[in-house]
Amino acid sequence: MSADTHNKVGTTGLLGWIDARFPLTKMMREHVTEYYAPKNFNFWYYFGSLALVVLILQIVSGIFLTMNYKPSAEGAFASVEYIMRDVDWGWLIRYMHSTGASAFFIVVYLHMFRGLIYGSYKTPRELLWIFGMLIYLCLMAEAFMGYLLPWGNMSYWGAQVITSLFGAIPYVGTSLLEWIRGDYYISDITLNRFFALHVIALPLALVFLVVAHILALHEVGSNNPDGVEIKKNKGADGKPLDGIPFHPYYTVKDLMGFVAFAIVFALIVFFAPTVGGYFLEAANFDPANRLQTPEHIAPVWYFTPYYAILRAIPDKLFGVIGMGAGVLIFFFLPWLDRSPVKSIRYRGGLYKTFVAIFVVSFLMLGYLGLNPATTTNTYLSRLFSLLYFGFFLLMPWYTKADKTRPVPDRVTFDAH
Amino acid sequence: MQAVNLQQSMKSLVKLLAFSALLSTAALANEGGFEKANNDVSNVASLQRGARNFVNYCSGCHSAKYVRFNRLAVDLALTDAQVTQNLIFNGGKITDTMSINMSEADAVKWFGKAPPDLSLIARARGTDYLYAFLKSFYLDPSRPTGTNNTVLASVAMPNVLWELQGLQKAVYEGEGAEKHFKGFELVTKGKLSPEEYDEFVRDTVNFLDYIGEPKQLERRALGFKVLGFLLVLFLLAYALKQEYWKDIK
Amino acid sequence: MSAEADQVDGGRRHFLLVATSAVGAVGAAATAVPFLASWRPSARAKAMGGPVEVDISKLQVGELMKVEWRGQAIYVVRRSQDMLAKLAANKGNLRDPDSVESEQPEFAKNEARALKPEYLVLVGVCTHLGCAPLGKFEPADATVAADWPGGFYCPCHGSKFDLAGRVFKDVPAPLNLTVPPYSFGPNNTLIVGVDTGAA
Repeated sequence: MSADTHNKVGTTGLLGWIDARFPLTKMMREHVTEYYAPKNFNFWYYFGSLALVVLILQIVSGIFLTMNYKPSAEGAFASVEYIMRDVDWGWLIRYMHSTGASAFFIVVYLHMFRGLIYGSYKTPRELLWIFGMLIYLCLMAEAFMGYLLPWGNMSYWGAQVITSLFGAIPYVGTSLLEWIRGDYYISDITLNRFFALHVIALPLALVFLVVAHILALHEVGSNNPDGVEIKKNKGADGKPLDGIPFHPYYTVKDLMGFVAFAIVFALIVFFAPTVGGYFLEAANFDPANRLQTPEHIAPVWYFTPYYAILRAIPDKLFGVIGMGAGVLIFFFLPWLDRSPVKSIRYRGGLYKTFVAIFVVSFLMLGYLGLNPATTTNTYLSRLFSLLYFGFFLLMPWYTKADKTRPVPDRVTFDAH
Repeated sequence: MQAVNLQQSMKSLVKLLAFSALLSTAALANEGGFEKANNDVSNVASLQRGARNFVNYCSGCHSAKYVRFNRLAVDLALTDAQVTQNLIFNGGKITDTMSINMSEADAVKWFGKAPPDLSLIARARGTDYLYAFLKSFYLDPSRPTGTNNTVLASVAMPNVLWELQGLQKAVYEGEGAEKHFKGFELVTKGKLSPEEYDEFVRDTVNFLDYIGEPKQLERRALGFKVLGFLLVLFLLAYALKQEYWKDIK
Repeated sequence: MSAEADQVDGGRRHFLLVATSAVGAVGAAATAVPFLASWRPSARAKAMGGPVEVDISKLQVGELMKVEWRGQAIYVVRRSQDMLAKLAANKGNLRDPDSVESEQPEFAKNEARALKPEYLVLVGVCTHLGCAPLGKFEPADATVAADWPGGFYCPCHGSKFDLAGRVFKDVPAPLNLTVPPYSFGPNNTLIVGVDTGAA
């Protein structure tokens, strides 16, 4: 008997032939048709699949941009305008990519916030959370390097400022700085290597991490707004009582979410692609000029909370450390949180207060980072930086002291 | 039950919309306190006048090196022959971009710095800024050009439009630290009345706005179609989701 | 909920599934259009591929001049009356003597394959595999053949063309050399890329 008729999933024909040689049906079942997700996902659970959609959008639009983009100090700025004006539909592809960059961060921030309030980082999802955080780090590097490529004046000075951060490191700072730039300033050489990292190295790493993130998710199963482990309540057939197959239920639901997202995305791309200078900054329509810093220099909005922390600390090295710590501290959430419950639904007022403080601090730091560092702004930045770190560093205390409510056995769900 | 769910979805959508609206209003508040240019890029007649103003008064020194003449012809509803006769002065071809003959070295020698390329000036500075800038030259004997500008102090550019606008001086109020700019006073009348001059500047700024992003009208027009399509798709996707989720108890 | 509403409405479900998939597929196809269309020659490529004006006042009889148009060499040859008179004699040895299968503007579908017989304008790309044919205008050129009537010879695979760019029999090239669209402007200029038809 040939291998065709003997495969573990019992398919026949062409599919059977493939299944005997490659686990196609097995994978589809494990990850789509027989992946049981809790049935009580709410609004916040759209952003995981949306992040995947935006990743694909960025990869496709990015590939098409590289077909006309020239990674050289001489030609980069002009090639972007060439794309915007001379290439058929180039403007749409470019706006998709520039809007997609900000959309990626909006979606990822909302996705992270979901994980935060429902305790999705807690056991057994620590590694899932760490993969997610690595994706976030990778995404920041990807966005930062991509931002240099248009070679506008804000691109140039943004790269100048951020690479200078490495110069703060004692002893090796200066040589490290030269090593990163490959020159004594941000030059054609820097642009060329950022291009290579932006279009090849980091996207590869991102895709790899996203696969790892999804595999880890499917290994432990999805959390949900109640923080109930659905695997603890299985029916006679061995399937979770509160679980439903991802396909068709969440495929159709996520499709709806995707279309809603596409509507907002289209509103921006077609009617306000610069979003008043937040997605595409006005100063970046001036070509890079080594001799003139833009009047008001600020990173793109998604970096500004950390930028505000950097500016709040009146010391170069500690500023850089503070900024790095602001990002890296997320990695430790699974171990900082000592609460017996996962979801905010069953936590007490103490925890909710701290979450509120965190949200306000993060938004305020983002706002302050966009604005000039006046004396008032600097003091505000210091205050909110303290509150921001307070949320994390006091977590072991207030999550333990917090009065939690009992978590039900089953998820709460209103049938439609 | 269905209504409740629709309400929830709508609420989510509204949340997202509110978020983007918040960003854009914050952005508007950020722009400088200039008088509004109130130009309209869909006004083709204004764009044609603006193009004429640009080639007569700007393109002697300023290039618009990303702007192709044959693209202008299409967007400004002109024939190639009209563009060649009226807008191309340096013997260029209809498929050329709006370059200038002056070399950068000469420009630096004559003006102290090279006049910037104007292809993207409206996107970099904003139309309100440009409108205010072109109206804010005033007499200042301390400057080599004899004029200065309240929007861009110590401007290198001479007031090339003075014959149209006339000459104005800046009037200040108060003394010492209290001293602040009050307004302009016309000293010598120009060929145009102040209202006509405002229109002239508005048309010119409108043209600069257009060349900043020639595809902007096409972009908005396509946007309505895409949104219409997505709304239909959303209704279908919503109905499909509701249909399947009937199963879940 | 009533018992009736509890039942799965297969028809409605099927309809919605098909309708959503169909509209979604239209959307996906429409999204693909801008990406695929971005591969068309851009406005710059079209500008650079625009007509090329050449001054031919200094071109001597029997001389070959090369001009670049759309990245290809365009050969311009000023033929003598003698060269033109000899074209008819080649007819029996040619694969496509009347240019039926070959590519040329309507005005060049004649024995001289030209708008003005004196000037031969050809795309300098062999119709076999794209090499550049050499001008061998002298009859009986020893580097080609003893009975050579004069014309173009491709060094890559030995294809031979007469002085109107018509291909000889028994060579690998299948068609006559292509004649690009062109016209004559004022002051002895040749404009390659614009076909205003026979004057």
